[in-house]
Amino acid sequence: MRRSKTLRVVGLLALVGIAATVWLGLFVTPNAVGFPDGLVRLLYIHPPMAWVAFLAYGMAFLSSLLYLWPRTRDPRFDRLAGASAEVGVVFTGLTLVTGSLWGRPTWGVWWTWDPLLTTTALLFVLYLGYLALRRVPGEPEAVARRSAIAALIAFVDVPVVYFSVDWWRSLHQPQTLNFTGRHLFVHGIMAWTMLLGFVAFTLAYAWLTAHRYRLAGLAAKAEEEGLAVALHERRSEARVLV
Amino acid sequence: MWHDALLVAGKDLRIELRSRVALNQVVPFAAAVILLFGLALGPDRSVLAPAAAGLFWIAVLLSCVLATQRSFSLEVADGTRDSLRLSGLDPAGIFLGKTAAVIVQLLVLEAVLSVGVAILYGARLGGGAVLVAACLAATVGLASVGIVYGAVASGLRVRETLLPLLFLPVAAPVLLGATKAWDEALSGSPSGGLGWLSLLAAFAVVYVAIGVVVFGPLLEDS
Repeated sequence: MRRSKTLRVVGLLALVGIAATVWLGLFVTPNAVGFPDGLVRLLYIHPPMAWVAFLAYGMAFLSSLLYLWPRTRDPRFDRLAGASAEVGVVFTGLTLVTGSLWGRPTWGVWWTWDPLLTTTALLFVLYLGYLALRRVPGEPEAVARRSAIAALIAFVDVPVVYFSVDWWRSLHQPQTLNFTGRHLFVHGIMAWTMLLGFVAFTLAYAWLTAHRYRLAGLAAKAEEEGLAVALHERRSEARVLV
Repeated sequence: MWHDALLVAGKDLRIELRSRVALNQVVPFAAAVILLFGLALGPDRSVLAPAAAGLFWIAVLLSCVLATQRSFSLEVADGTRDSLRLSGLDPAGIFLGKTAAVIVQLLVLEAVLSVGVAILYGARLGGGAVLVAACLAATVGLASVGIVYGAVASGLRVRETLLPLLFLPVAAPVLLGATKAWDEALSGSPSGGLGWLSLLAAFAVVYVAIGVVVFGPLLEDS
C-alpha cells in the first residue's frame, strides 16, 4: 500500500515535471539565434530522452548481471531487467524520432550516418531482439537466464559498435556532426529547463519501469495461482460427480 | 577443455562430411546471394568492384546465420542436446568445439565466395595476407557470437526467425571491420587495413571469452 503511494507521487511529479518542461520549453525560453525557427526547443526533450534510454539499458545490464551471479540470483532482477529494457526501447524510439526532427531542418536530411545516430539505431534493433527473446514462453528460470545472457551480449556490443562506427565515419569524411560546435550557449532559463527535462524524464522512467516491474510480478503470480485455481476447480468437479 | 573441444569439433565436422548440408545448401545459398547482388546493382563493374568487399561480407553474415542454425539443429534432433549435457564434457569445450566446426565451414565458404566475387564483380584480390587475416579474425568473432546466440535460441519454437534478429545487429562491428579491411586490401593498400584487423581480433577475443563463460549456464536451459 505504501509502495504504491510512493509510486503515485513519483508519477505525479513526472507528469508535473514534463508539463512544466513543455510550458517552459515552448513559451518561456527564448529562441536561440542561428537556429531554424523554434528548433532549439528540441533541446529540452531530446537529450533527456537519450539519457533515459541509456540509463534504462544500463539498468537492464546491471540487473541481468545480478541475476546471473549465483549469489544474487532472484527472479526480481530478471523482471527489473525486462521492465527497464522495455522502457529503454520506447525511449530509444523517441530519441530517434526527435533526432530526425532535428536533423531535417539543421542538416537537410532525416538521417545521417553519424556514429551516435548509427549506434542508437543499432541499439534499437538490438534490444528489440532482446524483447522478442523475452517474449518466447518457457520455464521461467530458463527464460530469465537466456534473457540475462542476451542482455549481457547486447550491452557489451554497444561500445564496440560506437567505436567502430566512429572510426568508419572519420575515415570517410572528417567532419562528423559536432553537437556542441554551434556555440550554443545554454544559459539561465534554458539551462534550468533542460535540467528540469532531465529530472522529469528520469522520474517518468522510474514510474514506467516500476509499473512494468510490478505488472511482471503480478503476471508471474497469476500464472502460478491460475494453475492452482484450475486444479482446484477440476478436483471439485470430480467430487460433484462422485 | 581443449580435448573436449577437439572431440565436439570432430563430431560436427564428421556429420558435415557425411551429410554435406553446408556444402550442398549453404555454399550455393551464398553464391545465389552474390549473384542477386549483381542483379540488384546492375552489370556495371565500376559499381560492383568497389562494393565487392561489403557484398562479400553480407553474404558471409547471412551464411553464418544458416551455419549456426544448422549447428544447433544437429543438437535438437533425438535429444542429443541432453546427451551432450550428460556426457560430462566441459561446456567451454563444447562451445569451442562447435565454434571451431562453424569456423572451418565458414572459411571454406569464404574461399569459394572470394573466387566468386573476383570473377563476378571483377574485384582484384590483392594484399593476400590482410585478406586472409581479416577472414580468420572476423570468422572467429562471427562464429562465437553465432554459437552463443544459437544456444540461446535453440530449442525455442521461433528459433529460425529469432536467431537472425539477435545475431545480425551484434555482428555489425564485424561487418564494418571486415569490409573496411577488405576494402583497403582490394584497393591496393593492405597496410590501411591493419587497424581494422585489430578491431576484428578484439571482437573475437571478447566474444570467445563471453562464450566460454556463459555456455555452461546456457546448456542447462530448457
